[in-house]
Amino acid sequence: MNTFSGVSRRAGLPGSYRLHRDNRQRSLPLLVGTPEAAKAGSAPEIYCTRKDTVIYGARRRPANSTNGVGSMTKVTDMTGAVSSAIEDGQSVYLGGFTHLIPFAAGHEIIRQGYSDLTLARATPDLIYDQMIAAGCASSVTFSWAGNPGVGSLRAFRRAVEDGVPTELAIDEYSHFGLVSRLAAGAQDLPFLPLRTFVGSDYPEHNDNIQFVENPFGDTPGEIPVVPPLTPDVAVVRAQRADTEGSAQLWGIVGEMIEAAFAADTVILSVEELVDTEVIRSDPNRTLIPQTVVDYVVEEPYGSHPSYAQGYYDRDNEAYLAWDRQTETHESTEEWLEEWVYGVDDRTEYLEKLEVEQFLDLQPQTNYGTPIDMGEY
Amino acid sequence: MADYTDTELMITRAAQELQNDDTTLVGVGIPNLACNLAKQTHAPDLEMVYESGTVDSNPSKLPLSIGDPVLATDAQSIVPMIQGFGYYLQAGRIDVGFLGGAQIDRYGNINSTVIGDYDDPKVRLPGSGGACEIASNTHRTIIITPHTKRRFPEEVDFVTSPGYIDGETTREELGLRGGPDAVITDKAVMRFDDDGEMYLDSVHPGVTEKAVQEATGWNLQFGSDVVETEPPGDEEIDLIRNELDPDGVYTQ
Repeated sequence: MNTFSGVSRRAGLPGSYRLHRDNRQRSLPLLVGTPEAAKAGSAPEIYCTRKDTVIYGARRRPANSTNGVGSMTKVTDMTGAVSSAIEDGQSVYLGGFTHLIPFAAGHEIIRQGYSDLTLARATPDLIYDQMIAAGCASSVTFSWAGNPGVGSLRAFRRAVEDGVPTELAIDEYSHFGLVSRLAAGAQDLPFLPLRTFVGSDYPEHNDNIQFVENPFGDTPGEIPVVPPLTPDVAVVRAQRADTEGSAQLWGIVGEMIEAAFAADTVILSVEELVDTEVIRSDPNRTLIPQTVVDYVVEEPYGSHPSYAQGYYDRDNEAYLAWDRQTETHESTEEWLEEWVYGVDDRTEYLEKLEVEQFLDLQPQTNYGTPIDMGEY
Repeated sequence: MADYTDTELMITRAAQELQNDDTTLVGVGIPNLACNLAKQTHAPDLEMVYESGTVDSNPSKLPLSIGDPVLATDAQSIVPMIQGFGYYLQAGRIDVGFLGGAQIDRYGNINSTVIGDYDDPKVRLPGSGGACEIASNTHRTIIITPHTKRRFPEEVDFVTSPGYIDGETTREELGLRGGPDAVITDKAVMRFDDDGEMYLDSVHPGVTEKAVQEATGWNLQFGSDVVETEPPGDEEIDLIRNELDPDGVYTQ
């Protein structure tokens, strides 16, 4: 029967509304589902139950059962992807506008001790605040540097205002200015025009904002242009992809497609790997194709404390707590010590979180109606 | 008359600026509450678009950021930022934009980038985000901000979002659409004359014209008929407190 294998696999677990597969190396600590779903897993270890929901761990999956991954696979873990893809001094774009922010990748970059990076992101968010505090960055390209819905990014401000822990150069745009730079990069154009920056002070302070004459008329007579942004490495996340890296994402897409197409090297991290048939059953949803993807990492909860639509909500408490935690550079370092340097990888990070936190972040199921692609 | 806070008055006053057939680019906080209030009262067809690319959002609860998942679930459409800013905003498909900022001058130019010198800032603010293009490409903008002398200087330290520039150069000459329509503060509502200069339109109940002038860094023009701002009604207060922001995230 020609069904969505991803859906049918889930449907095989009665009442389950979320079941993350374990990754290749070790059992992932946290799966969320009904008691029946837990029972159906291979000898799960129950961590916590609340009402009809159980959080449990699954047994390690045998290494030979990972979707027929061959020797030329792009699939790796985040440690390997980061160390292979990134070098000191490069420009890195961690994609995702509020949604699907690659926190796990950022933490791995910190752990591996990178320095002198140019960090580009529309919204630096907590992740660049953490990377700046850790001394990874010498420059930031951005368009809105705040803690979304909370306030300012204190580590970013300390670096810009006081040079702590390192001096930080800034390269600043509006959102559309920055996204237009990515779009120019994605299309290999020398520049793109936009109706932004006229009458503002940005052109005075940024040589990357220039004006060109309109060759076709005088409305307007001249128009601002921005040059391409082509990061050495982009890290993007998606809900699911196959092992070749064709990724499907839904919810807020932000600037992730442009970032993936603009970058030289792309690390894709997903909530779950699925069979290629799942991807091909709904090709319109494949927004980042394998053509541009170099490394594929399966990392459930890899965006926490940001969110993954349909998988988990933003951990707003963490965003509020960051504001307090970062009052001094020392208190910020304490956090990094515990939550980044103090763990080996995302699995250990997740194990440190309160189980109740995970339950609070679970959304109710709300499936879209499947479309009919037709069989021809 | 209902008991109300300054914030609640700003929300209800901002909601009154919205028409039923408007498409609006919404920010979190007060603008979000104002838009949702308008939608639940006089403007049920109001279309709310967010910078994150969600179109005609229908949030089931208060969004905590402009990229909150409640803005995506049940939206009419979700587009990449390049399309939201390009096909919608730049193309003139957004009627109303909301802006705030650390400094606003007499011509409605807004600074949300830096206090002090750009290269050696006293305070580094978040920057434009989408504000510069919202100010440039919507058909009208509504500015919401607390009213203090520090926030209303004679001249802003940095123009993040252009208003009526210097009162002489016109927005039309520069190819800018629309412009600031109203400034709503915790003391008053200001509007702009034909030269693009701000004038006092109404003062909130209990606030004197003198108090407004004292909180403004230049000689504020007074409109020919300065009236008292209409205070919130019982229904609006009830909606804000019990439905839109029951936990008082933005209103307490």
